[in-house]
Order: sequence, then C-alpha cells, then structure tokens
Amino acid sequence: MISGRERTLSAIRDALGRGALGPDEKAKLERRLRYPRANVVPARGQCDSREGLVATFIAEAERVNATVERLCSGDDIAPAVADFLRAHNLPQRVRVAGDAVFKDVRWSDAGGLEAEAGPAAADDSASVTGAYAGIAETGTLMLLSGPDSPTLLNFLPPNHIIVLPEGSVVGTYEDAWHRLRAEVGTGIAMPRVITWITGPSRTADIEQTLLLGAHGPRRLHVLLVDGATSAA
Amino acid sequence: MQSTARAFTANARQALDDAKLQVALARFPEGFPVKRRLAVERLPEFEALRDDAKEIKDHVLAHLDYYLERFEAKVAERGGQVHWCSDAEEARTLLVKLCRDAGATTITKAKSMIGEEIGVNDCLEEAGFKPVETDLGEYIIQLRHEPPSHIIAPAVHLSKDQVAEAFRAAHKDLPDDRPLNEPQEMLDEARAVLRRAFLSSSVGITGANMLVAETGSIVLVTNEGNADLTQTIPPVQIVIASIEKIVPTLEDAATVLRVLARSATGQDLSVYTTFTTGPRRSGDLDGPQHFHVILLDNGRTRMLGGEFREMLRCIRCGACINHCPVYGAIGGHAYGWVYSGPMGAVLIPNLIGVDEAKDLPNASTLCGRCEEVCPMRIPLPRLLRKLRDQQFEAGQVPPLFRYGLRWWARLARWPALYRLATGAGVATLGRLGRRKGRFRKMPFAGGWTNARDLPAPQGRTFQQWWSAEKGVRQ
Repeated sequence: MISGRERTLSAIRDALGRGALGPDEKAKLERRLRYPRANVVPARGQCDSREGLVATFIAEAERVNATVERLCSGDDIAPAVADFLRAHNLPQRVRVAGDAVFKDVRWSDAGGLEAEAGPAAADDSASVTGAYAGIAETGTLMLLSGPDSPTLLNFLPPNHIIVLPEGSVVGTYEDAWHRLRAEVGTGIAMPRVITWITGPSRTADIEQTLLLGAHGPRRLHVLLVDGATSAA
Repeated sequence: MQSTARAFTANARQALDDAKLQVALARFPEGFPVKRRLAVERLPEFEALRDDAKEIKDHVLAHLDYYLERFEAKVAERGGQVHWCSDAEEARTLLVKLCRDAGATTITKAKSMIGEEIGVNDCLEEAGFKPVETDLGEYIIQLRHEPPSHIIAPAVHLSKDQVAEAFRAAHKDLPDDRPLNEPQEMLDEARAVLRRAFLSSSVGITGANMLVAETGSIVLVTNEGNADLTQTIPPVQIVIASIEKIVPTLEDAATVLRVLARSATGQDLSVYTTFTTGPRRSGDLDGPQHFHVILLDNGRTRMLGGEFREMLRCIRCGACINHCPVYGAIGGHAYGWVYSGPMGAVLIPNLIGVDEAKDLPNASTLCGRCEEVCPMRIPLPRLLRKLRDQQFEAGQVPPLFRYGLRWWARLARWPALYRLATGAGVATLGRLGRRKGRFRKMPFAGGWTNARDLPAPQGRTFQQWWSAEKGVRQ
C-alpha cells in the first residue's frame, strides 16, 4: 500500500511537472536553510544607540497596552513588584521563574511579599518571569521555555511581570534570531517554546469591542533594569 | 463541513433581509480597514515586505516536496511525529484514532480553518469526545452550532445580545439572574468556563499559521493566548496544517509575520506569536508528552498543478474579506462554506468543486480592492475571471446569458456597427426616460430593476460625447 506520505509527495512532484530534486538542487536549498538571510528589515527597529533602542522599545510596548517601569538596579526588582501588586490591589504573592536574573533578588525584604518558584497554579494571581530579549520594533518580549521557565507562567496568571535587563533589548526580529543562533542555537538546543509577547492578551470578538485579558494576562508590566547586561 | 454554496442567491437574499446581520456589517468599515491603513502608513517598508513575502511563498511552492520532507525530519529529530493525509476523511479517521489512543474526554481546540474544512468538531462529537473551541469567537459560534462568518473574526455577524443568549442557554450551572449586558461580563464568564475546560483537557488540537522547515517548529498566532493554553496544558498536542503552510527559515517567518497582523487586524504584531518545536523535554515543567503534526493535502496539490497555484500563497489574514463590498453587504455565511469574501470565492470552488459553488466567482464586482490589499499579492480578480472563463467553457452559464454575450461579442467586433447600435439604443432610452429620468422596469434588466431604478441615459453614448468634446487620450 502506498503511504499518505508517498501519495502527497508524488502528487506535489506531478503538479510541479518534475521528479524528486537532484543533489545539486537540494544542496542549494540546504544552503538557504543553513545560512538564513534576512529579507527586508524595517528601519524602525534599527538604531545605533542603546538609548534609542530602549526608547523605541518602551514607546512600542506602551502602544499595545503594556506598562514599562525603568529600574536603576536589580535591587529595585522586589520593591517594584510589591508596589505593582499594591497599586492593583492584588495579594502580595507571586509565582517566580527560576531565571538567573532573579538569583540575587531578596523577595522577602520587600515587606510581606511571598515569592514561590515553580510552574503556575490555577489560582496564581501574578507571575514574575525573565525574558530572553526585548524587540524594539514592536515592543515585543521574547521568552524561552526551559526547566526554569515553564511556559504556563506566561499565560495562566492574570498579571504578568517581566524583568528585562536593558542590555537584552535588540532592534528587530532578525537581531533576536541572530542572538539566539549565536548563543543558544536553532538545532537540537533550541528551546521547545519560543514565545513573542506583544502587550497583554486581548479580544475583539464581541461586537468588535476591544477587551484586555481574554485568556492570557490582563496586565503586562515590564521592569526594565538598567546596568544589567543580558541575562543569558 | 456541509456546503450550502449552491444556494448562494437565496443565502444572499436572506442576509440582506437580516436586520441584525446588517447592523453587525455596518460596523465593519470603521474597524479592520481603517486599522490596516494606519498600520501600513506607519511602516514605509510595507510594500517591499509584501514583495518578499510573495517571493518566499512562491519559492516554497516550487520546492514544496523538499521543504515538507525537511520539516518532517526536523519534527522527528525533536521527538514529534508527522502524519500525512490526502483528504478530509483520512484526517478525520486519524484524528479520532489519536484521540482514542490518548484516552481523551475533553478536547480543547484553538481556532483552525483546516479544522473547519474537515469538520473536526462534528467528527469528534460523533466519536464520543467533547471538543471545546477556545477562541472566544469560535466558542460562541460553537455554542450556536453555526460556522464562522469570517476567518479571523468568526462571530463578527453577532450582536452582544445574541452572545448573551447563547451563554445563558449553555452555562446552565450559573445563576439565571446574573448580569450579562456588557461584552466585559461575557468575556469574564467565557474566561472562567473555558479555564475549566483547559485544565481538564486531555488533547489539545491547534492549527498552524506557519511550519518552519529549518527547525521543525510550528508557528501559532493569537491575541487571546488560547492557542498557548491549548498546546501547553494537555498531555497530547495534535497540530493540523495544510501542506502549503511551510516557510523555510525563522527569518522568512518574521517577514510573513510583519505583513500578517497588519493586513488582518491592523496590529503591528498579534499579541502572542509562539514557535513550538516537539514535545516536552526532560526537565521541562509543562508541555505535552506527545506532539503530532497532521499534514493535509485536501485539494492543495491539485491547485499546485493548475491555474490557481497563486491562491496557495494565501496566509488567511482576511484583508480581502475586510475590503470586499460584496462581503460587506451579505457577510460570510451566504458563501455557504468555511471561507468567504474574495479568497472564499476562489478557494471554495477549488476545494469542493466548481459545480458546488457556481455563483461564487460571479459574486464579485471585480473592483480590485482585494488584490490591492492582499499581503501576498494574489491576483484575486484575475483568478475569479479564470473561474468564470472555466464556467463559460464548461457550458455552465445560462443560455440567455450565453447568447447575449455571444451577440455582444459579435457586435463589438464591428466598431462602426457597434457605435450605430449603441447610439440608437441610448438615444431611444434617453427619449423614453426623459420625463422621469429613470426606469422602474426594463425587459432583460430585472436583475437590476427588481431592487432599484435604472437611471435613464442622457441620450448620447460615451463615444459620441468623447468625439463631440474632442477628447484627447492622456
């Protein structure tokens, strides 16, 4: 019996009026995959100065209803989280990812803030995670999954606080891929889930009325930490 | 899904008489088209990005066998499994088998047009499972047992009262006297109900906006985050995607993403864009243990080899639908199958047969706005004309229309005769209609005069006017 696979592949070849590709042709395509080239890259995300990149990132993130707060150092993370929770009348309790960026954070120093590591539970009201990169062109945060950064932390709790070192802001999607290829790789080492988050969850499915917090977080708060270089 | 495209004329008439639908459609022009225009104005490189996106997809289609094999190898390398299905029936059988193997009960689903094509919900229900749509719009129409009326805004035809009604009928465990007047209240209710479904789901079924050959990743784009919950919580994930969804590299995916959301909702990028590769890794705290991708042909290879290959560039953004005056007048259900608007009028005859959807290629003014806004530069009006040509060649055009066209064509081949005939006709009509300036009825023009008056000509043809004014070609 002919498998579905063979049937589809031979139907494609028939449609294209040729047989399977020869070795030369295949090598050419293999090169296109091995050395990916950028297509047109918008100027908006391209900026020589770090301050310019950071300014674009903040402006774009705020356009899509994220809030951004700049911190002078990692010491300010815990108090800023406590303030955010207070401002929104939320319990002083957060689920925290195990990212390296949090290794020196003393959560309990910020009043009565309780921080627990691990995967998100159904009733968690806020999570705090790191991000691999911020992408200036659209104010997008790029998060990688891993043992220390379970994906559901980004989706289950209605409030998501993301800590992003300023040094992790890149200009464009291509810059983000470039960094990922150089530091992590896109082969077997590539994280299982790469999530780009651009603002809090939303829907306009009822009478085209825009509402935040459809299934994911209602609030997305970014703590942009100065002086810190890339977390990776 | 069962098609009602044969009844297009009746469907369209019903849509025009549906007051609630007309209110919903009246909201349309202020929404997506305006937002798209603003997003495009903010990105000077948009036209160049369209060129690149088109080129990427043309390249993929010319080497589709290579990229699919490469994608399959990468998925397997990361512990996932790829299945190949030729048609809807094969895909349904496989889907039911995979769900049985998983011991599924509740199955969560993220919106997938391929899922609509093969009628996933019906087939899962028949097999005894409980499929739950998790995109808010899809959830609403699932409760109402109706198909989507728009590929990216499935419930756009409904008023909030109709949504509230559906929720009251379905959520029997909630108090009857709860307030359900504002969209926010409905969203809160749906979020709570669907959260329970997510947490008890044993299989997550998603579509894919793209498949990346370089890495074996699937790309999912949503604003709600429902696709991410669907693919992360249950122990089994099944992705159903048609074979043309491939892009070569992550960079190519970025290019398509830059035109996708802008063309669809006028956002620069949708809220969540997720690249997922294979099942849970050792040490991971969440994610499915099993990762299946079903690659479905369902008519694509036939289109690849024929005159409609360019339609396979479509990325399902809905821009052509949002800008179509015919869609704006009748909405999506009148088209009778999964798709609608200009892309539907080309896709439906191609996927379910020209005989099944004779009226659709003719349900277009050929105004060209669809091609103007299509991010993948699909020449939709040309493809619609091709379908009309095919119908004419196949003798599917009514005799009166055929003979009319034949006589007109003969006449048009003799310019002097043509001028004489049209001049006489227009002069007569001009005299007859001089007093009222319009006709209420006209032989052979019932299609026009049944719904509105026909303005009387002024007495001269355009060509007569042109030569009298000594017009010069610019």
